[in-house]
Amino acid sequence: MRDNFSSEVTALAGADPRIVLLMADIGNHLFDRFKELYPERFFNCGIAESNMISVAAGLAMSGLRPVVYTFSAFDVGRPFEQIRVDLAFQNLPVVIIGLGGGLTYSPLGPTHYICEDLSITRSLPNMTVICPADAVETRAAIRVSLQHNGPVYIRIGKKNEPVIHECVPNFVIGKGITVKDGTEICILGTGTIMPDVIIAAKQLSEAGFNPRVVSFHTIKPLDTELLEEIFSDYSLVVTVEEHSLIGGLGAAVAEWISDQSSPSKCHLLRIGTPDEFLYHAIHQKTARDVYGLSPEKIAKTVSAHYRQIIEKMH
Amino acid sequence: MTNIVVIPDREALAQVSRIIRAEIIETSHKSEAMHLGGCLSCVDILVSLYFGVMSIRPDDPDWLERDRFILSKGHAALALYTVLAHRGYYPREQIDTFNKDQSRFTEHPIWKNLPGIDATTGSLGHGLGIACGMALAARINDKSYRTFILMSDGECEEGSVWEAALFAPVHPLGKLIAIIDYNKWQACGRSNEIMNLSPLSLKFSTFGWAAYEVDGHNIGAMLSLFRSILDSPDQRPVVIIAHTIKGKGVSFMEDDNNWHYRIPTAEEVMAAHRELDVL
Repeated sequence: MRDNFSSEVTALAGADPRIVLLMADIGNHLFDRFKELYPERFFNCGIAESNMISVAAGLAMSGLRPVVYTFSAFDVGRPFEQIRVDLAFQNLPVVIIGLGGGLTYSPLGPTHYICEDLSITRSLPNMTVICPADAVETRAAIRVSLQHNGPVYIRIGKKNEPVIHECVPNFVIGKGITVKDGTEICILGTGTIMPDVIIAAKQLSEAGFNPRVVSFHTIKPLDTELLEEIFSDYSLVVTVEEHSLIGGLGAAVAEWISDQSSPSKCHLLRIGTPDEFLYHAIHQKTARDVYGLSPEKIAKTVSAHYRQIIEKMH
Repeated sequence: MTNIVVIPDREALAQVSRIIRAEIIETSHKSEAMHLGGCLSCVDILVSLYFGVMSIRPDDPDWLERDRFILSKGHAALALYTVLAHRGYYPREQIDTFNKDQSRFTEHPIWKNLPGIDATTGSLGHGLGIACGMALAARINDKSYRTFILMSDGECEEGSVWEAALFAPVHPLGKLIAIIDYNKWQACGRSNEIMNLSPLSLKFSTFGWAAYEVDGHNIGAMLSLFRSILDSPDQRPVVIIAHTIKGKGVSFMEDDNNWHYRIPTAEEVMAAHRELDVL
């Protein structure tokens, strides 16, 4: 995903002289092409993320379109107040790319992985929050975000993630993309967990279920039109995210459904990471399994929950 | 609009400063707003900039070629509002709503809420990074404007100030001019006793800045310094350590840190106005 982000932003910078790329000293050769073509618009801001956000604000206040890039844990975690005041309050068109949000960097320890970034960014007024599912959505997300007049946080993975789209989908901020139709069960996945969600859906299909699967790439603003439809037409809506159950996609959907005036008969099941830290080196795949986010465990949890609903109905 | 004319004469500017100080003190009393000491310490700096240095158009506040000004010590907003009113950005009477319910004249300034406010500030340590961005943008956009920023000495305790201080000389941002209102106080004590700021100009110069020191109440000295800086081919970013007195202009407020939070009574406003010779 990061290579796709880099090549896409380089291509876009050719057409739009307002695009300026800022990074905080990660990705050694990732931006070589950008630097070669547009050296006057590339800045390694050093290991100083707070300043990077403020510099981006100053650039955006002067008519430019900055894109800032570093690990999610550092560009959301460290300069939160700069994001809140300089970018969100002033409603500036700055795109924050968060590399390796979720459990991507769990092997590197608690400093480098982050399962709270969506919650943090989603809480800010004016902020748009996007989790592309794959490289195709990553390219689309950066394209539409650079057209958006406000701050956008885009959480991407690392590299070589499976691609879920065979062709480029119609990517609109705040509009989920259905990748598989189905009945009774609708699974909303967000971000790099999507390939595993699709595997889980296949396993569910083999077990006799027929879930619909949606890439719910925008956490904020919520696709409320889609939510209205699925909470009306399905028996079970499932959210799956590599993020804390506090404040992420599942929490956003739960907040939305609790605010509806007419109660829905549809059940909501949230699958995400628990309210805890990991205290040992653990690979992303293992961490997903530990937290019930492997395809098998997603499928098992969904089928068990759906069976309980059916039993209660009878 | 009032008082649109630029006054280059230093004696006349000193009189403008006295009037502005008197109005700030009166507004603080009427609106029950704090931060009086830090407002009074930076009046002469603001008057020097707005009446003798900056290229601006009060009747066209968003003019793209204008010099930028960031009040990074946002708690001195009342001082900036009063100077902007005297410079013709809006009528003086509007400041009567300062700190009042529903007012656009907030205790800390908000970008686009009022003409002449180039950034939202109040949380210390953000302004220098934003100023770096604006100065970089001038280069990218091929503009010749200068970016001025006023910081407090206490603000220099924020780590983000030193991130920006490391950043600016590398690029190098020669049209970035930072002024530090070095009044030697912060909310709860002497700034040099709370954190080790001194020697402040040496810290910046070793970081690669062109650092100058000046009496922040000597308008003539400041105008001369600004002129020599702006005429210089030096490409380094500039920092000016302006030595000032918190509460400057009123004997019973000068260097008394109680005026960080204290609100003057009606009698104290009268006494201050008498001292400032504006009655």
